[in-house]
Amino acid sequence: MNREANREANRTRRVDLRRFPAFATVSVLLLVFLYLPLLVVVAYAFNTGRIATIWEGFSLHWFGDVVANADIRNATTTSLQVAAVATVCSVVLAIGIALGLAALRRTARGAVMLVAGAPLVLPEIVLAVATLAMFAFLDVPLGMTSVTLAHIAFCVPFALLPIRARLADMDQRVFEAAADLGASPWRVFRRVTLPLLAPGVVAGALMAFIVSLDDFLITFFVAGPGTTTLPIYIYGMLRVGITPAVNALSTLILLVSLLVLAAAYFAGRKRG
Amino acid sequence: MLPGTLFLLALVGAPLVVVVAYSFMSRGRFGVGVAGPFSVDSYVRLLFDTQLDGTKTFDPRYIGVFWQSIWLAALTTVCCAVLAFPMAVWMATRSPRTRALLVFAVTIPFWTNTLVRTYAWVLILNDNGPVSDLLGTPIGLLYTPFATAVGLVYVSLPFMILPVYSSAEKFDFRLAEAAYDLGARRLTVLRRVVYPAVRPGLVAGVVLVFIPSLGAFLQPQLLGGGKSLMIGNLIEQQFGASRNWPLGSAVAVALLALTLLTLMGFALAGRRGDQKASLL
Repeated sequence: MNREANREANRTRRVDLRRFPAFATVSVLLLVFLYLPLLVVVAYAFNTGRIATIWEGFSLHWFGDVVANADIRNATTTSLQVAAVATVCSVVLAIGIALGLAALRRTARGAVMLVAGAPLVLPEIVLAVATLAMFAFLDVPLGMTSVTLAHIAFCVPFALLPIRARLADMDQRVFEAAADLGASPWRVFRRVTLPLLAPGVVAGALMAFIVSLDDFLITFFVAGPGTTTLPIYIYGMLRVGITPAVNALSTLILLVSLLVLAAAYFAGRKRG
Repeated sequence: MLPGTLFLLALVGAPLVVVVAYSFMSRGRFGVGVAGPFSVDSYVRLLFDTQLDGTKTFDPRYIGVFWQSIWLAALTTVCCAVLAFPMAVWMATRSPRTRALLVFAVTIPFWTNTLVRTYAWVLILNDNGPVSDLLGTPIGLLYTPFATAVGLVYVSLPFMILPVYSSAEKFDFRLAEAAYDLGARRLTVLRRVVYPAVRPGLVAGVVLVFIPSLGAFLQPQLLGGGKSLMIGNLIEQQFGASRNWPLGSAVAVALLALTLLTLMGFALAGRRGDQKASLL
């Protein structure tokens, strides 16, 4: 193990920065570029003044305003409800697809993957207006149901990725062994497949949850006037003007994303 | 598997069929939905304007939006590729532990809210913002194509860094060392040894950046103002304020066609690359 690590270190250390000094500079600048805008939003969230972009002093009162705002609380509840249902449903569907795919022949597998992968490849705006057009065509009223259905659809591919990867790493013979020992298919699934699949399922669920919370465009089209998720609410705030409340709300959202990511990171590490 | 596939067919496949059908219809009553018999008017409208006397004249407005979108998406892709290449190579030459940390650092912004990340640039670029403060004078950066491009590069960058890095990580940098020992200069090593190794990652990154950028909505909407309208905004306008669903559908179908052409182009290019590699 140690020897392997040493060899790895040698492999990477020899071509070092004396060869490409500019590469390190570019990388550090890019990391700054990736994080500075987020820090700017967080910093301005603590600004006293009414005008979002002129610094007048440190204050926490915008956070108080955000937490006290009933509309924001409603939007948060809506977002969490949609994300929770979309996560559970998309994970269940993704497990089914992943297990089914393994049993299919190549062409059939390609066809299913084409359908399951489409939301990842197509421009979101196309999927958004297409889904709206279909709901209009079928006279499905726009609201919680339409939003949740649309979210499940674009969450499935994200949930599918880690679940499929996990399934590919598993030794398929354990299923046969369980069946040979007399377990019914349901028992094999519940006692063998699912526990082994668990890390992939957790990763898939976290991905689906974040992707659902993040979505603006598809929700924007299929939500109808009564259903406001958090991104839709923020977009509405931005149309009125940049206020420090937007910064405070954005900061809270960034914090939540970080917490979910940290949970995912540590969950992954604990399993080794 | 069957329920999942059927669900996706109903919520991804069927909507695409409906939107294609809508693009061949006429506006509905009061502009809501669609009506009427088959017509190609919406596609004609993308290119021509009908005058009062019924003659059709070429109208560059919609084609202009397409051109602007392709141009901005291409610019975004090139910027991302040029920036991501050195970073991915640098990341790949770190120690394993640093590498894991760097991958995580690149992934975090990718998982944070897109709307918030785009809005951050409204804060930074507006005339009262930190950039204007730094320069001492507002120079009107926000609501320009430049601002749109910055926003697009910002949200797309992880999509380029991660695939290029995954290629660079597999590259054995002793090969680069060998090239140096054989007397190759730095640029030659990059061009002839490192670049071919990370090319698959670059191709994947180009697809992952170009297609979403082409259909971008939030960045041109929030950062471009009215000045850098992109296809996404045009579609939203037709489904929203203009209440012309067939025209909006036609634009969406055109975007879909552009997307598929791009994907096919890259698939072909990738295959040709493989053949070349196998000939060597």
